[in-house]
Amino acid sequence: MTDASLPAPGVQNAAPARPRWQVLLVRPETGTLLLLVGAIIVAANLSPFFSDLRFILESSTYYMEFGLVALVLTLVIISGEIDLSPAAMMALSACVFASLFQAGLPIGLAMVAGVATGAALGAFNGFLVVVLQLPSIIATIGTLTLFRGLSQVLAGDRSISGFPAWFMGIDWRTVGIVPYPVIGFTLAALALAVLLGMTVWGRQIYQIGVSEIAARHAGVRVRRIKFGLFVAMGVTSALAGLLTASRLASVRYDMATGGELQMVLMVMLGGTYIFGGRGGVLGTFLAAWLLVIIATGMNVANIVVTSQLVVMGLLLIGSIIATNAIYARTQR
Amino acid sequence: MIGALLARREVGLIVMIALVALVVGLIEPRFLTAETLRIVTLAIPLILVAAMGQMMVILARHVDLSIGAILGFAAIVAGMIFRDMPQLPTIVGVLAAIACGAVLGLANGLVVTTFNLPSIIVTLGTLSLYRGLVFLVSGSKQVDPQFIPRGLISMSQTSPIFGIPWIVLIAFAIALATWAFLGYTRTGRQIYAIGSNPVAAPLRSIRVTPVTLFVFTLSGALAGVAGVMYAARFGYVNPGITGVGFEFIVIAAVVVGGVSINGGVGSVLGVTLGVIFLGMVNVALPILGVSAFWQSAIYGAVILLALVVDRTVRIRGAAALTLSRGTA
Repeated sequence: MTDASLPAPGVQNAAPARPRWQVLLVRPETGTLLLLVGAIIVAANLSPFFSDLRFILESSTYYMEFGLVALVLTLVIISGEIDLSPAAMMALSACVFASLFQAGLPIGLAMVAGVATGAALGAFNGFLVVVLQLPSIIATIGTLTLFRGLSQVLAGDRSISGFPAWFMGIDWRTVGIVPYPVIGFTLAALALAVLLGMTVWGRQIYQIGVSEIAARHAGVRVRRIKFGLFVAMGVTSALAGLLTASRLASVRYDMATGGELQMVLMVMLGGTYIFGGRGGVLGTFLAAWLLVIIATGMNVANIVVTSQLVVMGLLLIGSIIATNAIYARTQR
Repeated sequence: MIGALLARREVGLIVMIALVALVVGLIEPRFLTAETLRIVTLAIPLILVAAMGQMMVILARHVDLSIGAILGFAAIVAGMIFRDMPQLPTIVGVLAAIACGAVLGLANGLVVTTFNLPSIIVTLGTLSLYRGLVFLVSGSKQVDPQFIPRGLISMSQTSPIFGIPWIVLIAFAIALATWAFLGYTRTGRQIYAIGSNPVAAPLRSIRVTPVTLFVFTLSGALAGVAGVMYAARFGYVNPGITGVGFEFIVIAAVVVGGVSINGGVGSVLGVTLGVIFLGMVNVALPILGVSAFWQSAIYGAVILLALVVDRTVRIRGAAALTLSRGTA
C-alpha cells in the first residue's frame, strides 16, 4: 500500500539539498500554525468573543481532555502503531472510579484505582500488539468495543454522581485566567516534546517508526518501548476520564463516545505521518488549539453540534491527505 | 481427511452454534423452540447483508468503519422520501437508499485509492462525516412509524414460504449471490488475489484500483439495503440512533466467520455462520438472564478472539508452507 512512492534513487541523489527556509516552511507543523492563525482571524471577525482570551480558554477545557490523550497518541503513531480505544478507556476507567466511589471507597483511593484500571487496559492493548502481535489498528477496534461494553456492564444506563465538591468543576479552577486543564495540557506537551526530541528514548521511537527491523538490529528494545507506550495511553486516558468526570460532575458509560475521532484528528492535523516515523508533539499541541477555535467558532456561529460532525470528518480526511502530500514532497 | 475437515472454520462454527444451542437449551428448555428460531432469523438479516459487503472489503485487505453511518443515511433518505412524497411507489425510496449507499461507499473508495491512505482512518473520518450528513439532511428529525409504507413493514412479518419472512429470504438470497460472485466471477476471484498479495496483484495485470472501488461501492450499496431493512424491521428511522455502532457488530460477525483481517481468506458460508452465531448469542443472553448490557462487551471479546485464532492459523500455515518448500 505504501510502496507507490518509492523514490527513484538516481534522481534523488542528484538533487541538491533544499534551502533551509524551504525545509522549515514545507513542514506539516507550519501548515497547522498557519491554519491556526487563519482560524483565529476568521473567528475574530465572526464574533467579538474571540478577541477575548479568557473566553477561548474557558471554552477549551472540553478539548484539553482529548488533547492530553492525543499527545501520547502522537508518540504511538510515530512508533508505527495506533490506538483507537482511548475514548473507551476513558469511559471504563472513569466507570471503575465512580463505581468504587459509590461503593464507599474514599475518593482518593477510587481515583488511584481508576488510573490503575487505565494502566491495566493499556497493558492489555500492549499485550495484544506486542506479545500476540496483532495489528494494532484492528486489535484496538476490538478493545474499543470491549472496553465500551464493559463500561456499560459496570454502570448500566445510570449516571453516577454525588462526588465531593473539591473533586468537581476542575475546568472552572484557574491560575490567573488559565484553567487547570489547560495548564496540565501545556505542561504535558512540553514534557513530551522534550522526551521525544531530546532523549535517546524519544529518538528510538522515531527509529522504530521508520524501520522496526532496523531499530531492532540497532539494539532498540522495540517491544518494551511499544508496550510502555500502550500503558502510557491507558494511564493518560484514565486521567482524561477523571478530568471529564470532574467537569461533568457525573460519569456515564457513554462518556467521550466517538472521542477517538477527535484524538486521531488532532494528531493527523498536527502533521504526524499516519505510517509512522515522522511528526511531533508540537503539531498536535497546535492542532488541539486549532480544534478549540474551530469548534468554539462553530458554536458561536450557532452551527449545531451534529453538523460539526461533518466538519470533523472532512478535516480528518483533508489533514491526512495534506500531510501525506507534504511528506511525499520532502521524501529524501 | 477428517483432520482437514475439522481444521475448517465453518465446521468449528457449526460445532460452536450447536454447543450454544445445547448448553442454553439444557439450562432453559424454552430456548429450543421454533419461537427462538424465528427471533434469531429476524435478528440477522441486517447484519448478514452488511456483512457480505464488509467481508468483500476485508478480503481486499481494507476495513470500512462507515457502514453504520451509511446505513443511517440510506435509511433516513428512504424514510424522508416515504414521508414527503407518499405518492411515489415504495420502490423509489428503496432504490434511492441503495444508490445513496453506493455513492457514499464509492466516496470512501475514491479517497482510499487516490491517496493511498489506510482505509480504517479514512472511514473513521467518513463515519463522522456521513453521520453529520444524516443529521443535516433530516434536520435532526425522526421519521415516524406512520410514514413507513405498510408494504415495507410487512416484509418482516409476512412470508411467501415456510413462514420465513421476506427480509430473511432476501438476506439469504444476497448471501447466495455474493457466494456466486466471489467464487465464480473474474472480479470475485480478483478480490481474493488483491487481498492475498496487493503487490503481486497488479503484476498479474489485475486492475487493483477499479476492483477496490467496486468493492467499496458494493459495501456501501449493501449497507443501503440494510438501511431499508432497518426501516422495514423497526418501522422508524432516527438520525441519532439508526446504525450507530452497527459497524462493530458486522466486523465481529465477519472476523468470527473466519475472514482474515490480512485479506484474501474467508468464505461466504463462514460469514453466514458467524452472523448466525452472533444472532444466537444475542437471543440466548436475555433467556439466560444476562443483562443486555453485555452485548457490546461480547462483540469486542469475539473480535479479539477471532483475531487471535486467525493469527495462530496463519503462523501454522506459514510454518507448514516453509516446511513443505524447504525455504525460509
